[in-house]
Amino acid sequence: MLDIILERFNYIPIIILMMTGLYVVIATGNLVKRLVGLSLFQTSVFLLYITIGKVFGGQPPILDGAHHGDEEGSHGAGYAAAGHGEAGGDHAAADSHAEPAADAHAGDHAAEAVEHASDYAAGADAAHHASEVLYSNPLPHVLILTAIVVGVATLAVGLALVVRIREAYGTIEDDGLNAADYNRETGGSE
Amino acid sequence: MDFLVNLLPSGLAHHAPALVIVIPLVAAAVAALMPNGRLGWIVAMVTASLVAFFSLVVLGLVLSDGLISYHMGGWEPPYGIELRVDALNAVVLALVGVMGLLCVIFALPSVGDEIEEGKQALFYSAFLVALAGLLGVTITGDAFNVFVFLEISSISTYTIIAMGAGKDRRALTASYNYLILGTIGATFFVIGVGFLYMATGSLNMADIGQILQEQGHNRVTQAAFAFIVVGLGLKAAMFPLHVWLPNAYAFAPNFVTAFLASTATKVAFYALIRFLFSVFHPDVAFVELSFTWVFAAVGVIAMMVASSQAIFQTDARRLLAYSSVAQVGYMMLGLGMGTAAGLSAGILHLINHAIMKGALFMALGAFALHFGVRQIRDLNGLGRTMPASAGAFTIVGLSLVGVPLTIGFTSKWYLITAALERGWWWAVAALIISSLMALAYVARMLSAIWMESPPEHHAAKPAARHAPYMVLVPMGILAFANLYFFFHADVLVGLAEAAANAVTGGH
Repeated sequence: MLDIILERFNYIPIIILMMTGLYVVIATGNLVKRLVGLSLFQTSVFLLYITIGKVFGGQPPILDGAHHGDEEGSHGAGYAAAGHGEAGGDHAAADSHAEPAADAHAGDHAAEAVEHASDYAAGADAAHHASEVLYSNPLPHVLILTAIVVGVATLAVGLALVVRIREAYGTIEDDGLNAADYNRETGGSE
Repeated sequence: MDFLVNLLPSGLAHHAPALVIVIPLVAAAVAALMPNGRLGWIVAMVTASLVAFFSLVVLGLVLSDGLISYHMGGWEPPYGIELRVDALNAVVLALVGVMGLLCVIFALPSVGDEIEEGKQALFYSAFLVALAGLLGVTITGDAFNVFVFLEISSISTYTIIAMGAGKDRRALTASYNYLILGTIGATFFVIGVGFLYMATGSLNMADIGQILQEQGHNRVTQAAFAFIVVGLGLKAAMFPLHVWLPNAYAFAPNFVTAFLASTATKVAFYALIRFLFSVFHPDVAFVELSFTWVFAAVGVIAMMVASSQAIFQTDARRLLAYSSVAQVGYMMLGLGMGTAAGLSAGILHLINHAIMKGALFMALGAFALHFGVRQIRDLNGLGRTMPASAGAFTIVGLSLVGVPLTIGFTSKWYLITAALERGWWWAVAALIISSLMALAYVARMLSAIWMESPPEHHAAKPAARHAPYMVLVPMGILAFANLYFFFHADVLVGLAEAAANAVTGGH
């Protein structure tokens, strides 16, 4: 049980942040605090995406075209990641670059290539055999850059609305807003 | 629609799916630079015409040649972003395009009345961004892209709803609440997409669907399903996630309400269908269970609860907003039947409801233009003071109830037939009871319009006997469509069946 939790340690802060954010959104009556909770909630999702892009022992995904070994390594990394069931998306980039290089390599060292091919089929430790270089999956980072922009835009619109609400009502507390609307509808004084 | 396709050089027709999104996005920037509202409107009008044209071209291409797959930037799917159009999203795309155009025609007088001059050009700019976002959600084949476009349309929608603050400051709080709930919904959706990405390593929806069928489902994909259903259900105003909708519709500018009611929830509902049928497969046990126990159940509850809430509203647009929630329930029920007949009835109701609610909110906009109508008691005597608009309102109101000779009857007929095929007597009973409740709330408004005598201040404005032509024309077209498509039902029914068959494979 403890092992299962420790293997997935990255999810613990994410879950805590997510629940805290959602709770703040629901529990507070202050419009600004509610936006704070919302941002916290969104940030936890950014973390979720970022952590699934991590491949253990992986380097930043920058291809060094000079070395065949590196490219082959990235090929292996792609498959290893897919084997983890967490980050298969990067075989996009890996495949397109690595295929011609792997072919050339096969011409030079046929036997070695066959050995590697069987490793790829096995999936697991191909990257370690192929070379030292193992890459993390860059795609989640790209996605989250977009999501961060979306989050910033939402926060900006939200804060602008709070400013306008404060101008129109003179309060940013839920209770005050409800009371003001209720009084106006029933003709009472504000 | 082949003649539309033939109007274009073949190279341009090929790029129609991309142009549908690109044109409004670029035009939004142009509209923002316009010095006054009238020029802003002209930009919006030209854009909406082009969008409607290209969306019909796409529909024509899909109906004649089948699936279109457009590779953005030349990158092959599943690695690049794919615009993937089959009959289902082609129909929704054309619906959004055409309703967008009709609403923009209506916008000139309505927006001129409700929004201060200095902000009109920016308002049209935000509207165009919202339009681009909705079209993007409809046309893209990439799951993360759906999220991005959903947020593009939502964020601009928050701003244009808040523009109603000039008339009623409650537009601000309505917009704020929509922002909070909408963002929670979108974040839930993106969590679900993240889980799917973990499980499959792909973001292309067709590709995810294929991988899931090969490798089967596990707890991760089940969690993804739950998150995605909640996220999209919130956007589609699925009961009980609809609480943002009534206030947003009631306090937004009339033009915005007409546009949103006929497009926004429809697009979210489409995205839900896409995920249920193309990404998750309806044969998978937990998806099949969710049809009966989530969508059909929630649909029936929405029909009952939201209809009865509508009866007791005093604000005319709030009443119609609750009615919208109930109508989403009809669509959910059709979807929940899980059969091709049920889904096509649901899609038919989606199209019909867009036509009805667009016309009803335009008519209320016409009343508001002259007499500042907001409450139901303000409707008194409008049958005498504004007979043309009141007549259109009456036709469409009866269509909403489902009276024969209107399209409301057609879609309810198909829903009931599909329910009987499935042996769901309780669903038929629910449909009939909910229609009776619709009769009650529509009759409240119609009796105010035709039976009551007009208040005195109406007489002070004898020139206001009919609304401007910019309002009458789109409203008249929609009201006429409500009658026309009853007699030529095969047009819309054919589209709905093609759309349903595209995702169910016809069984």
